[in-house]
Amino acid sequence: MGKIVINNSLVTPEIGKSSVKICPFNAIEFDGGLLSINSGCRMCKICVRKGPAGVFRFEEDVVAAPAIDKSQWVGVAVFVEHNHHEIHPVSLELIGKARELVTVTHHPIYAVLFTDDETKMAPELLSYGVDKVYVYRHPDLTHFNVEIYANLMENFIDEIHPSVVLYGGTAVGRSFAPRVAARFKTGLTADCTILGMKENTDLIQNRPAFGGNIMAGIICPNNRPQMSTVRYKIFKLPEKTVPHGTIVMMDPEGLSFKTGLRLLEVLPKPKDMDISESDVLIAVGRPFKTPEQFKMAQELADLLGGQIACSRPLIEAGLVDPRKQIGLSGRTVAPKLLITLGISGAVQFAAGMRGSEVVFSINSDANASIFDVAHYGIVGDVFAILPILIKQIKEMKGMI
Amino acid sequence: MKILVCIKQVPASSQVQVDPVTGVLIRDSNNTKMNPYDLYALETALRFKETEGATVTVISMGPPSAAAALEEAMWMGADEAILLTDRKFGGADVVATSYTISSGIKKQGNFDLIICGKQTTDGDTAQVGPEIAECLHIPHMSYVDKIIEVKEKSLVVSVSMDKTTERWEIFYPCLITVDKGIYTPRLPSYKRSLTLKDYKIRMITFADLEDQNESHYGLKGSPTQVERMFPPQKNTDKEIWKGTNPDLAEQMIKKMKDLKIL
Repeated sequence: MGKIVINNSLVTPEIGKSSVKICPFNAIEFDGGLLSINSGCRMCKICVRKGPAGVFRFEEDVVAAPAIDKSQWVGVAVFVEHNHHEIHPVSLELIGKARELVTVTHHPIYAVLFTDDETKMAPELLSYGVDKVYVYRHPDLTHFNVEIYANLMENFIDEIHPSVVLYGGTAVGRSFAPRVAARFKTGLTADCTILGMKENTDLIQNRPAFGGNIMAGIICPNNRPQMSTVRYKIFKLPEKTVPHGTIVMMDPEGLSFKTGLRLLEVLPKPKDMDISESDVLIAVGRPFKTPEQFKMAQELADLLGGQIACSRPLIEAGLVDPRKQIGLSGRTVAPKLLITLGISGAVQFAAGMRGSEVVFSINSDANASIFDVAHYGIVGDVFAILPILIKQIKEMKGMI
Repeated sequence: MKILVCIKQVPASSQVQVDPVTGVLIRDSNNTKMNPYDLYALETALRFKETEGATVTVISMGPPSAAAALEEAMWMGADEAILLTDRKFGGADVVATSYTISSGIKKQGNFDLIICGKQTTDGDTAQVGPEIAECLHIPHMSYVDKIIEVKEKSLVVSVSMDKTTERWEIFYPCLITVDKGIYTPRLPSYKRSLTLKDYKIRMITFADLEDQNESHYGLKGSPTQVERMFPPQKNTDKEIWKGTNPDLAEQMIKKMKDLKIL
């Protein structure tokens, strides 16, 4: 911890004006010939590193915050999300990542399970190389309840002292993990896309900042547990392994199941709407306007066994169902095949499809940023190429 | 019924560019707006004002210039605005932000319902709402996409989960975060802005809060630290094809066959 000190004796009007622009948080102000820092400062120290020489200086606090004893916090825990005893794949992806992280620290891997019946799930978790599955079993745990889950996780953290707790960035994880973070006054980094581990057990949490245009590397050096959420399909599903771990039953008696929330009804959403589950996606962009054009895209999607998705402009134009949107403000997808048609590839779109296995992108603008994330960039007219593609695939399939 | 809406002022554009030579972020620093998701939160509250006779207070934390977002909220129809502003609040991460805002809320008295937007467009964490609820020891519901019924002691809401839609009853006092599309936000009223010309937004500084331990606020109260900023990786393993459209289509078919897609 510390502060930024400004040497205003070196500040000329030019230096003042240019310094204001350095700060990504708009925290530097230039007024009346003096530079100052406002409450927007996140102490990223970019002004110290990149600013005019001698103007910005970082000063450490004399009394450092009391460092916690990191040796008392051991293990990488993964919160296991499940829907009526079906484990959400994001939890398994996180276990896979935990296996990589502990190669640095040699910490154990824990799975944390809240359920009314663990008999099917606990052995499955062990088969992914978990050292211990901690189970909280209670008849009231048939369905997610944000308050009860937070109470149980509080108990787990108090009892086990894990160094890290990872949550899937699902509606469940994103709702209850923040309560746990606030309860322990510890860090929770949302939507990490890269996780790494330091030898001192600090978790390196990288996430897109400012709508995905730039990455921020975040650490939580003086608090434990360190917590992150990670979206589904950001990490790969791990291979199964020979189980070696054990199942530990935790005692939920005495924990509070009191809640100001009452579940009334659960209604399924139409399944075909979920583009993140599709292996093949045909994503259409701004040039698509007429029903004929959409029909062509749909035809290609049908031939390849996929679904139509789109970028944000079509949502804003009201042409496509909002649930079909790929991007930070829509869905994160990682299909086996993604074909983008006339999408320019804004960063917020790119952030939502980086995990895709094979990406073909057709765009007439050779400088479009979609070509920074595509594997095969096709510089051409989408409405000229599309009919030929459809015809050839039909011929191959003997449909013509 | 007393309703509080939490809003944030955010940069109007998310287009941050990194200067390839110096590595410095290039950004239009003067262009800000109210977080678009907060418009839905505010609109939800204003509907309650119309149907239930609720009073609507808006609160924000930020530099003094964040008052502009609160003014806009007042012009849309809020009754009262509070800005938590102090250099000591600066550099706050989610935990410190939620703690500071909840301290400000406690100072302001009891609210039946607190409404937040689903997330902000600059931080994108969707965490401040639930963390405020935790700091205030009240229940919360994230991703509310419909208000179904307003009861005397509770609300019945529809919540959009990943694969299901759920109906929950949530008892006051409570906090909800609302999804875009819950209602269409109204525009600020010019007429109302004229009547509010002399309105003074209430400022709350560190000195006004009960907890006078500085290490609980701002950067000092933030467990997370930004260690570095760096541009996202570009895909270097790629091919760019140019040519006539029929040739390009042919090439695509051939590659899809090679990859066993076809």
